[in-house]
Amino acid sequence: MGRIADAFDDARSKGRAALVIYLCAGDPDLGTTEDLVVEAAKSGADVIELGVPFSEPTADGPAIQRAAERSLAGGTTLAKVLQTVAAMRKRTDVPILLFGYYNPILAYGERKLVEDAAEAGADGFLVVDLPPEESAELREWAIEKGLDFVPLVAPTSNPERIARAAEAATSFIYYVSMTGVTGSKAVDLGRASERAGALQREVGRPVAVGFGVKTKQDVASVAPHVDGVVVGSAVVSIIENAASHDEAIASVRSLVSELAQGLARQ
Amino acid sequence: MRYGPRLMQAPEAASGRYGPYGGRYVAETLMPALDELTHAYRETQSDSEFQAELESLLRHYVGRETPTYFASRLTAELGSRVWLKREDLCHTGAHKVNNTIGQVLLAKRMGKTRIIAETGAGQHGVATATACALMGLPCEVFMGAEDVRRQAPNVQRMELLGAQVHSVTSGSATLKDAMNEALRDWVTNVRTTHYCVGSVAGPHPYPMIVRDFQAVIGREARAQMLAQAGKLPDAVVACVGGGSNAMGIFAGFLDDESVRLIGVEAAGEGIETGKHAAPLCAGGVGVLHGAKSYVLQTSDGQIIEAHSISAGLDYPGVGPEHAWLKDVGRATYASVTDSAALDAFQLLCRTEGIIPALETSHAFAYLPTLAQELGPEADILVCLSGRGDKDLETVLEKLEERG
Repeated sequence: MGRIADAFDDARSKGRAALVIYLCAGDPDLGTTEDLVVEAAKSGADVIELGVPFSEPTADGPAIQRAAERSLAGGTTLAKVLQTVAAMRKRTDVPILLFGYYNPILAYGERKLVEDAAEAGADGFLVVDLPPEESAELREWAIEKGLDFVPLVAPTSNPERIARAAEAATSFIYYVSMTGVTGSKAVDLGRASERAGALQREVGRPVAVGFGVKTKQDVASVAPHVDGVVVGSAVVSIIENAASHDEAIASVRSLVSELAQGLARQ
Repeated sequence: MRYGPRLMQAPEAASGRYGPYGGRYVAETLMPALDELTHAYRETQSDSEFQAELESLLRHYVGRETPTYFASRLTAELGSRVWLKREDLCHTGAHKVNNTIGQVLLAKRMGKTRIIAETGAGQHGVATATACALMGLPCEVFMGAEDVRRQAPNVQRMELLGAQVHSVTSGSATLKDAMNEALRDWVTNVRTTHYCVGSVAGPHPYPMIVRDFQAVIGREARAQMLAQAGKLPDAVVACVGGGSNAMGIFAGFLDDESVRLIGVEAAGEGIETGKHAAPLCAGGVGVLHGAKSYVLQTSDGQIIEAHSISAGLDYPGVGPEHAWLKDVGRATYASVTDSAALDAFQLLCRTEGIIPALETSHAFAYLPTLAQELGPEADILVCLSGRGDKDLETVLEKLEERG
């Protein structure tokens, strides 16, 4: 079993959900990203989703779009993200899920990416625009190398698609709380989480709920129902608003610690 | 290799693939909607009532069939016989309406209550707004801020037709960014909204649906050439941005091995400058907006902004069927610069009394090269995809710069 599944198990055994924190690699720069990952892990993040920036982030709202633009403007590439992962591996054991879009992966070479990611110490892949129909090869190669492949389920997914996602999952399933882009205002997070909880019971795999989860209260409304909670845009926004490296580190520390307080299952 | 009907039509029907191209690279949220659309579209193909309604609208509302016209003065100028398929005479002034009438009719049948679209030159936006006004559905159009500026008359048209135009400022503020924003809207409102894609691009089934709705161009043109010229053309030429007018006219001739199919991309300021919109001629294989095809990208897989004088061609991707036609050699693709397109624009104005769209002018700009190669006995059919009134400001500005 990989580090990601271990992290979910560990959280469950402590009577809480796992906290998954999204950071856009290279925003504001890769050195800061390394420090932010280490800090987030220390402050209570159980899994890091490390965003690999793409020029056409069609599933993302304005906050993550801007983060990707800043990162790309600074020269971030997938190869440099992997170097950063290798560097942070010397400082933390937190599971790192590479999160992004398909074209940079295709350009890098799927097989080579899987090998280099494993070597760097990454733990898996979540590719937003690679549904099960298109992901068989990447998934197979990832599994060969002991890496996870995380499928998505959306509110629009029918039973057939849910079954397919459950089959594809090697650690957890990412449940998209709403029809929308990242950072949108959640319509009814509690209800979405109940549906995600039903999904988790049905498929017997850990489910993490993301999209529209911003505050400790949001985390608290999700945590009772599923094994994982994902916070992305809220973290990215405080990094955007930080005036300095130190301020970014401090605000991520404080936000992640606060979010972690919402994880308990009573 | 034989390009028989089975080979040409089989790929996408089963898998959404044209050889290695096409597919569905989209967020999970959209996958069920694409299934639903594929299913609904298949039903309409055998639904005689739907087909009759579509045909009636194309005939009485759009003004089909459009003429194929022998351009005698242009022929004298160029040295090969040139025939023009007059899509500029369609209602709204371009071929785009063939597709929007079909898609909005389909959306209505599917029970969708809202239509969104992306637009570059504004022709597809106008055509979508028109179809929505005709069928009583609300319409919102995403358009890059840069295009809103250079295609102002079309923005005014869309608004008069009752559509809401969203000016998109992200990225390069052109067609690709408008498409990003339309996808974001669709993923948010997918249950009630139909995304009316304007080109043979995007995830399956869009390349198939748009091609099929535009195939009327090629069907008519083939019959018209046989009736008027007494033979098939030796070559069919069309401009290629996303590639819908080209795919539409090519569709009529795919099985006619003697007919050369030539797509003309925008070379912008010149392929060698890097400022162009020619993914087939100078790009690589990648995934953009839901399909695998040729794209303009860096070695790291980041999409590069396209450059063209023509807003409708200013797109770093191209429809996946074109990618496949290129690879198997059934069609060839050339590119012409902004400057050559501008010359061709003027040539058509002065020889035939037709003001073509800047997009279309790219197809004409390739004719001197082709005519020189094929000679006086050859018949060349050009898809005159749209009229150029919308481009007057851009053209006059550029001509003034030339002095």
